[in-house]
Amino acid sequence: MDKIYSHPKSLRNISTHYCPGCGHGIAHRIIAEIIDELGIRERTIALAPVGCAVIAYDYWNFDCSEAAHGRALAVATGIKRIHPDKIVFTYQGDGDLAAIGTNETIHAANRGENLTVIFINNAIYGMTGGQMAPTTLAGQKTATTPLGRDVSLQGYPLKISEMLALLPAVKYIERVSLHSPQEIIKTKKAIKQAFENQINNIGFSLVEVLSPCPTYWGMSPKQALDWIKEVMVKEFPLGKIK
Amino acid sequence: MAKITINQEKCKGCLLCIAVCPKGLISADKKLNSKGVKPARFTEDPACLGCMMCAVICPDCCIEVYK
Ligand SMILES: Cc1ncc(C[n+]2csc(CCOP(=O)(O)OP(=O)(O)O)c2C)c(N)n1
Ligand code: SF4
Ligand SMILES: [Mg+2]
Repeated sequence: MDKIYSHPKSLRNISTHYCPGCGHGIAHRIIAEIIDELGIRERTIALAPVGCAVIAYDYWNFDCSEAAHGRALAVATGIKRIHPDKIVFTYQGDGDLAAIGTNETIHAANRGENLTVIFINNAIYGMTGGQMAPTTLAGQKTATTPLGRDVSLQGYPLKISEMLALLPAVKYIERVSLHSPQEIIKTKKAIKQAFENQINNIGFSLVEVLSPCPTYWGMSPKQALDWIKEVMVKEFPLGKIK
Repeated sequence: MAKITINQEKCKGCLLCIAVCPKGLISADKKLNSKGVKPARFTEDPACLGCMMCAVICPDCCIEVYK
């Protein structure tokens, strides 16, 4: 028998701090597989966010930097402009990218920086204890919306990907999900496209990944995947946005 | 013929692999690992397709596949 699936080189073979069933682990792995497949490990620089993935640099086996909360795209802009030969990507949660970092996100996209953005939408602030995120669904219970998000008080789930797609300098946006092996394979294809776009100097590319947070959704890992499939994709439809 | 190996020490017992294996060849072990969870356990069987569904869904990259 031959080994047909092995642990990617770009991922360190150590235990992560993520909760059981957390989507961050799946997303980390597929990014590592793509970097191995594209042979870009020696010239990739990742920007870790503030959020549960704050120590992603301990897990990925390539160069990484850290940015202040929400500022990953500002730091990535600087790195890419100084090192245009490097492949620079940000990895950001919904709180990071679409709340505190909205400003940096919109302006990096509007400038059309040749960057790859992996946007992990788990509809919650995981790291800080499950507070409402901009992407929290209407009616969704969180630590700060114990009765469910009331859109008349807290607004509607923010469709940042659709908003960014309106900007002329944005080249590629796709929304994908981690709720089944089939969807994970599609997620990998979309993320690979977003990296290839940067390699081919096409410009700003973002992949929004619907990702489970079983802990703060109060669900088992399996229930969390089913909730994405049955509920979350209705608010955040999958597919290519631009 | 195909089979998988599971790194039981890294496994956090999320059991998503059990949910996706089309042949039902993965179960929760009876023994706890050092994390204090019952890790996934594979039973070798000629029915294993080597489809990699378990490896694709594993959030902790515990599974390798042979065919
Ligand atoms: C300037 C600043 N404000 C607030 C915080 C607290 N904080 C840490 S992570 C976080 C939100 C994380 O949510 P998200 O980006 O969705 O990541 P997740 O943990 O869900 O993956 C907040 C508000 C901080 N670290 N720095
Ligand atoms: S709190 Fe949620 S996002 Fe954070 S590690 Fe746990 S499951 Fe993942
Ligand atoms: Mg989040």
